[in-house]
Amino acid sequence: MKNLLNFLLKFHHIILFILLEVICLTFIIKYNNFQRVKFLNSSNAIAGKVYTDLNTVKEFFNLRRQNEMLAAENKTLREELLTIRAANSNVLTIRQLDSSAVKLIPAKVINNSVNKQYNYITLNKGSLQGIRPDMGIICANGVVGVIVNVSQNYSTALSVLNGRLSINAKLLNTNYFGPLKWEGSNPYLAILSEIPYHVKVQENDEVVTSGYSEIFPEGILIGRVVKVGSSKSENFQEIYVQLSTDFNNLYYVDVIQNSMNSERRQLEKMTEYE
Amino acid sequence: MNKGPVWYIVTFVTIVLIQLLLMNNIQFSGYINPYFYILFIILLPISIPTYLLLIAGFFLGITIDIFSNTPGIHASATVFMSFIRPYVINSYNLEDQEKIKIPSIMNLGIKWFVKYLLIMVLVHHIFLFFIEVFSFSGFLHTLLRCILSSIFTFVFILISQFIVFRK
Repeated sequence: MKNLLNFLLKFHHIILFILLEVICLTFIIKYNNFQRVKFLNSSNAIAGKVYTDLNTVKEFFNLRRQNEMLAAENKTLREELLTIRAANSNVLTIRQLDSSAVKLIPAKVINNSVNKQYNYITLNKGSLQGIRPDMGIICANGVVGVIVNVSQNYSTALSVLNGRLSINAKLLNTNYFGPLKWEGSNPYLAILSEIPYHVKVQENDEVVTSGYSEIFPEGILIGRVVKVGSSKSENFQEIYVQLSTDFNNLYYVDVIQNSMNSERRQLEKMTEYE
Repeated sequence: MNKGPVWYIVTFVTIVLIQLLLMNNIQFSGYINPYFYILFIILLPISIPTYLLLIAGFFLGITIDIFSNTPGIHASATVFMSFIRPYVINSYNLEDQEKIKIPSIMNLGIKWFVKYLLIMVLVHHIFLFFIEVFSFSGFLHTLLRCILSSIFTFVFILISQFIVFRK
């Protein structure tokens, strides 16, 4: 017993070191199942508050740029509205679309990074405002990411610049679809894979969401093709996509709330078990 | 010059804030992110007991982790760095270890401090970047990111020393 105590005293720092490292590794490994870590992230109250305060200062210096972006967006929307109005007057409306099916919740980005392997975004809206995990996020220019954790007033999300996020995308011209993932270091590049060789892909082709996953509705812009290459081992093309969203300059986003999702999920679950 | 716990808490908060508000906003092409916060571990007194050093390292890392959504990654690196620190200091055979309280430029001279700082920064960054990637594939790519960030951390810490500890 005395020997044991002596041993513990003599090597107490090594034992403490191993103990602390084990705690850290548990965090890291648990974090790989990232949905499980509910509290140790920036959607908790204190970290959220600090980021909000910091953001009010940061925002001030970006007002001019944001105004320009909003004005540009307004212009395109107004143009679209005019075209639709003009078209509508000539066409007999056959079916009124249920306009309440998809709703957008506007939110502000209060924390964001582009230089890590796994980048996350923190938003200033949470469960009280109707945000739930697995909702998609878009901005004026295109796809932004997917919500993972939600607290009462804040939420964190995987951005497209995160190796853990794969988005089902398709080529607008040919309708061929495949998973789209971040390239890993350049914040403007992603890779669309699993497109067979016989599909002709050209530079500048638009890549949009496929609508096969319930997170994003169909047809939201992701980016444009910049380079077509072949993957090393598989019989597929590897398509480099220039992302349309500028993650270095991301302030206002919209979270997609799709009320048809629960019905769809139920139906798909039923078919899965048969 | 005996500094109480309050002084250390204030330093801790200041250094963490500098890291979050300034350093995390420095980004060059996705490669470089200086981790200035390790300055806190570097400046702890030489006579500090090892267990306290390890616990301080753990809390520093976990604080940074909570703010950057990386539970455990920074903490494991700072704990490792705190563990190595006494061995690095002992290897230099300081003559009057008892008299020198804080390992700073003023107390130890620039040559010594640069050597000490360089080792500590490299130890921390190499551990951090490989834990972050969690594999040895792309070894050279990770090493490059690691060295580039180390250079920036090193320069920032050195500059801060000249600003704070002016004679």
